[in-house]
Amino acid sequence: MSNLTGTAILDPVTAHVVSDRLARRRSRHVKERVIEALLLLAALVSVFTTVAIVYVLVSESVEFFRHVPLTDFLFDTQWTPLFADAHFGIMVLLSGTLLSSFVALAVAVPLGTIIAIYLSEFAPFSVREIAKPFLELLGGIPTIVYGYFALLFVTPLLQKLMPELPGFNILSAGLVMGIMIIPYVASVSEDAMRAVPMALREGSYAMGATRFQTAIRVVTPAAFSGIAAAYILGISRAVGETMILAVAAGMQPNLTWNPLEPAATITSFIVQVALGDLPHGSLGYQTIFAAGLTLCLLTLFFNILGHLLRKRFRQVY
Amino acid sequence: MALRQEIGEIRAMIARHKRWDMAFALLGLLALMVGVLTFAALFTQMAIEGAARLSWDFFTSFPSRRAAQAGILSAWIGSVMVMIVTAATAVPLGVGAGIYLEEYAPKNWVTDLIEINVTNLAGVPSIIYGLLALGLFVYQFGFGQSVLSAGLTLGLLILPVVIVATREAIRSIPGVIREGAMALGATRWQTTADHIVPYSLPGILTGVIIGMSRAIGETAPVITIGALTFIAFLPPSPVQAEPPFLNFEWLLSGFTVMPIQMFNWTSRPDAAFHANAAAAGLVLVVMTLSMNALAIYIRYRLRKNIKW
Repeated sequence: MSNLTGTAILDPVTAHVVSDRLARRRSRHVKERVIEALLLLAALVSVFTTVAIVYVLVSESVEFFRHVPLTDFLFDTQWTPLFADAHFGIMVLLSGTLLSSFVALAVAVPLGTIIAIYLSEFAPFSVREIAKPFLELLGGIPTIVYGYFALLFVTPLLQKLMPELPGFNILSAGLVMGIMIIPYVASVSEDAMRAVPMALREGSYAMGATRFQTAIRVVTPAAFSGIAAAYILGISRAVGETMILAVAAGMQPNLTWNPLEPAATITSFIVQVALGDLPHGSLGYQTIFAAGLTLCLLTLFFNILGHLLRKRFRQVY
Repeated sequence: MALRQEIGEIRAMIARHKRWDMAFALLGLLALMVGVLTFAALFTQMAIEGAARLSWDFFTSFPSRRAAQAGILSAWIGSVMVMIVTAATAVPLGVGAGIYLEEYAPKNWVTDLIEINVTNLAGVPSIIYGLLALGLFVYQFGFGQSVLSAGLTLGLLILPVVIVATREAIRSIPGVIREGAMALGATRWQTTADHIVPYSLPGILTGVIIGMSRAIGETAPVITIGALTFIAFLPPSPVQAEPPFLNFEWLLSGFTVMPIQMFNWTSRPDAAFHANAAAAGLVLVVMTLSMNALAIYIRYRLRKNIKW
């Protein structure tokens, strides 16, 4: 075919020109190549983004650790980066982050799992058709709206039960955060359960097991790697959640394991600093990048854990 | 006698197990109800608090020190402008990347690297994107705390959503379509542009809408960039009467967006501002919910209508 490049096509019998339009054109080839390169470039943006995130976080954190020794960062029990007597104990923010995530997961994991099992194994078709889009809608509500709800609805409600509860507290923020995470946990676990082959259920039913027994003893264990992935997704959501905590949990750094107290988290600290006007390049400015790096490492840790869990419990059918 | 007793025992056992079934089904419904009730409470609370503030003035007034006169003019216009930049970033990049991964990508380490990155980026907390933008767009590139910085950030944030939706839409097109087009002499790009993209458009659109609805409610990264919380001016208009008619100054203007305005009002101690926050929240929720509902509807129609 290469001998036809750039020339018109000839009819092999009459040797007349059939059509110019069938000629192989160099321009067409070039255009194809250019488009492919552009598409590749678009796809590579995700790689650039990751590289840029790592670069920005690490380069600013390196500056930060030039002023603050790593041991102070890890073991100090005070977090007062913007005071004259500055302390940088990330432990304080970590306690807030982990505590609020724990409260959220205590809500989202049981409820999300129950909803997933119900939708996948029990619910009639019509209920599922309504419930799935509804859960999706619930997941689409902006987190600032959830924050408003936590501060001005859930906290007053809890204060009726516990009159000594402060206006800002981890509990109400965590509870609302848990409800926000339910759709993620439920829909990923449900997908995992529905991927379990029908034959497993049929076998179980044939042995005389009820729906409940089949769901708990056959389907759930078989789908466990997927369910674990859903939990991990829930944890990363909780750890990275910002606005609910910034609004409803107060922003005072507080090293505590009591959910009835206000506390700052890594994310709400970043918001607090960003709301003020910190000069570019100051130590306070670098602090939020060090905090962000910690947050990234935390999510990375949970994701690796999830990966290991998935590998450990993966079932091959 | 003994046999009858045994049968009775078995019946009792079956009945007991069936009761467990019922109990769990009820528990499942109850768990779902927690979601439904929360949503109902959230919506009613905001409606009761904020409905009185929803008037024409609320949409056409700047924020003010006096709660009763404050409005969301600068906030919603800021949101619209940021969304324009976000769409202009995320749609071409996301759809392009999706097309590349499905139609062009060879099986090699570069493709694997891209796929791993897309999956990972979907799990990065949104505030980290804010830090990225602060370091990169605001200071390194010198875009400042502007509409452009915010739009680019949110564009990157929803990129994975658009890429995944595009890929799923393209994957559902059977290979026969490609083979048919190529058999007629179409090049790869002609096949893609004339067949693959048009047929997967509803699916892509669903992803774009869901991504945009997420971007419009996103607060944390925009605060991190340093969006203002109180602005009583509008960015310069993108259209003007004199040539060249288009004006790009708005891209570098300071701005605020709806969720930030709501955050500002929510975090004030004065309860009068909480009514404003409720009204702004109501607008925001109605906006995101209708976008999501539209996406769900398009997907539903799609599933019903197209049979390859």
